[in-house]
Amino acid sequence: MSIDITGVTKRFGDFVALDDVNVSIPTGQLTALLGPSGGGKSTLLRIIAGLDSADTGSIRIEGTDATSLPPQKRNVGFVFQHYAVFKHMSVAKNVAFGLEIRKRPKHEVTQRVEELLGLVHLSQFAHRMPNQLSGGQRQRMALARALAVEPTVLLLDEPFGALDAKVRKELRDWLRRLHDEVHVTTVFVTHDQEEALEVADEIVVINEGRVEQIGSPEQLYDEPANDFVMSFLGEVTTLDGRIVRPHDIEVELAPVPGAVEGTVTRVLRVGFEVKLTVATAGGDVTVAMTRTHLRGLGADEGSRVWLYAAKGAVTVAGTAVKETAVAG
Amino acid sequence: MVEVSTPTKWALRLVAVGYVFFLVAWPTGLLATRTFEGGVSNLVETLADPDVQSALALTGRVALLAVVINLLFGVTISLLLVRYEFPGKRALSALIDLPLSVSPVVVGLSLVLVYNSRDGWFGPSLSDAGVDVIFHTPGLVMATTFVALPLVIREIVPVLTEIGDDQEQAARSLGANARQTFWRITLPSIKWAVVYGVVLATARSVGEFGAVKVVSNNISGQTQTATLMVEEKYQNFAQDQAYAIAFLLVLVSIACLVIVAVLRPSSEK
Amino acid sequence: MSSALSGATIDTTGPASPKGRRPGRAKRTTPRNTLTGGAGLGLGITMLWFSLLVLLPLSAIVARAAAGGWDSYVNVLQNEQTWAAVVLTVRSAAIVTVLNIVTGTIIAWVLVRDRFPGKAILNVIIDVPFALPTIVAGLVLLALYGPNSPIGLDWAFTPNSVLLAFAFVTLPFIVRTVQPVLEELDADVEEAAASLGASRFTIFRRIILPSLFPAIIAGATLSFARAISEFGSLVLLSGSRPFETEVASVRILSFIENGSYASAAALASVLLAVALAVIVVLDLVQRRVARRG
Repeated sequence: MSIDITGVTKRFGDFVALDDVNVSIPTGQLTALLGPSGGGKSTLLRIIAGLDSADTGSIRIEGTDATSLPPQKRNVGFVFQHYAVFKHMSVAKNVAFGLEIRKRPKHEVTQRVEELLGLVHLSQFAHRMPNQLSGGQRQRMALARALAVEPTVLLLDEPFGALDAKVRKELRDWLRRLHDEVHVTTVFVTHDQEEALEVADEIVVINEGRVEQIGSPEQLYDEPANDFVMSFLGEVTTLDGRIVRPHDIEVELAPVPGAVEGTVTRVLRVGFEVKLTVATAGGDVTVAMTRTHLRGLGADEGSRVWLYAAKGAVTVAGTAVKETAVAG
Repeated sequence: MVEVSTPTKWALRLVAVGYVFFLVAWPTGLLATRTFEGGVSNLVETLADPDVQSALALTGRVALLAVVINLLFGVTISLLLVRYEFPGKRALSALIDLPLSVSPVVVGLSLVLVYNSRDGWFGPSLSDAGVDVIFHTPGLVMATTFVALPLVIREIVPVLTEIGDDQEQAARSLGANARQTFWRITLPSIKWAVVYGVVLATARSVGEFGAVKVVSNNISGQTQTATLMVEEKYQNFAQDQAYAIAFLLVLVSIACLVIVAVLRPSSEK
Repeated sequence: MSSALSGATIDTTGPASPKGRRPGRAKRTTPRNTLTGGAGLGLGITMLWFSLLVLLPLSAIVARAAAGGWDSYVNVLQNEQTWAAVVLTVRSAAIVTVLNIVTGTIIAWVLVRDRFPGKAILNVIIDVPFALPTIVAGLVLLALYGPNSPIGLDWAFTPNSVLLAFAFVTLPFIVRTVQPVLEELDADVEEAAASLGASRFTIFRRIILPSLFPAIIAGATLSFARAISEFGSLVLLSGSRPFETEVASVRILSFIENGSYASAAALASVLLAVALAVIVVLDLVQRRVARRG
């Protein structure tokens, strides 16, 4: 294991940011710390980097106890949400910073900087100042700067959080490809489940200072440990006291044994998809299906329907924490 | 933006310009006129006087020391106030401003009470150790440092707060130690604030009068600074010389203002 | 703008205090909690120097003033000449502060909202009283309002000279506290008010003035404090005539020159109390603004 976090607790005043967290992060993989804002994931990342210190617990990086090491001795690369570019230095100087601190020979620094700028596609911007770059370019520069010192682990704190949707998507794909090339153990923090599911090899779900589940994207999606993980990873609705995904509900116009009876109160068409709101004795249920499916079914507002979870569907006991978003 | 009517606009403009003209611009301009009433010779003759030269040199020396001390102290305390948490921080940050609203005469008196060699708190022991403060150069430096103390800090603190510590943390994560982070990252980011602070502190130090008057025994050639000399010359009816020295002091202060006015916009882009 | 000249208090709390911080969200300016070795040493040296230079000497004033007991303290202040100096100082400072509230706000308005050739020069001239040595300020004012006045106004050695000197040295304060607030003021709000039918005067009174109020209070407080403690500009201009043009600072100086440190300290402690009160008021105003913002 590359990073071992044991029994880490962190408080800010009365607020418990992390509560006895234990996580092991595998070597060479891309791991996402996923969770809602304020859930403690950024704090955990900063504790790994040494930018914050844990109240209790220990951090081991590649087998070395790093708990009381200052950040500059941990050999980690850190990429900040707001880039933290050195505003008074050119792009090349920014990337060279860590190498110059380590007093590497000049020609080696020049060569390495060129190599890294090539890697992040910023070669032609080497002599620009950071304020002449776009947000996406700045973040790529920050990434090159962090990679320059050949860190044991690369830590990214909401790296794409400050960028607009399109650039975010591009950089996300690019990070995945970059990681396949560089293979450095990488941990990134995100509150965007889509980003985590798409990019990460492994996801650690953190909420209210606690680890809810650790696993591959498939494991998390298919075998959610609890209602929180299930609802955080995608839309859910509550059917007969169990949480289920809206597209995993089957709808029939005739009674089916074990099915829940209800009335369609609303039909909302969004692109290829249709969302039905069905009033049942246990409350409103949201059902998602394709337009074609609905047409074949022949249901409309006011229809009496019978609902049941599809065969093989993942369900978890409980009620949906998050109201299923219905576009209005 | 909602425009005011034209007559109102003109009235306000007239009040603003008129007030500043009669209160500041015209009187200051008159000083220059008076200085050169008898041609350049007045200025030249005054400057040739060795007592005047030594007063100007003393002012220069005292101001330089006060500015250097306030620079070191100001940068350190700004970093502590913005980047660290310690007990008494809020009180300290409020007290830092005190020298701006304390009368210079009170500043002088306070130093006399502690450092005079006759019955001050520390004065006699310092005097026995060979260090005389009041009525000597150290007293002048302390008085000047006291009154100019907040100026550097007031420039740096907002800039340090504004830039945040992201860049410093990035530098730490890239392997820089505290000293390297300060010299390579923090200082370059606040350098304009430091420059303004130094310029403002210089203007204040060169021009200090009240506090210096109390701690100086005003001996020409020894503890008489330029501002003290202006007073003495004027009261001894050597008004031309008073105007000449005052004119030099005005040049220094206007130069400081112009430097700040010219530099400031360039760094706020 | 050169707010350094205006004297609004330093805000070191920053946008995020440790308690209210949301990890990983807002831009971090949170102080590191612990003092590392180097910083601890820096704090120690700094505090020692600050104590030797500022705190101990100012405490010495309080100690000296208190040394003679309450009766002698009251005696000093009850001395007719001293009391007259205090009254003159406070009255003049109050008049000038009111004058500054009006002119300072107008000048700030003109600097921000108006446009005319020479505005940049006006903006620089505002700071002249701050940069000019006070003794030179007195000399400068004598040139226009002294015995050889080209406009025939000889105010030297009259109570008017005190007002003049106070007005000169306090000119920048309200201008420089109001100006940045006026610059930041959202034009949208004024336009919204106008679209709702408010007249220009109503917009000024109901929309603009309330936003400027904290800045005006802060500037007025600083201006009052500065006037109360003024010394240098009066030395040549007012003649320091007892009962007529002698202000508190000048009275303190004459006590010092007569060697009566106890009396000097007693009167100085009154000025010191005013200075402290100013800092408290500014701190409160700033906190209120921060809460609202």
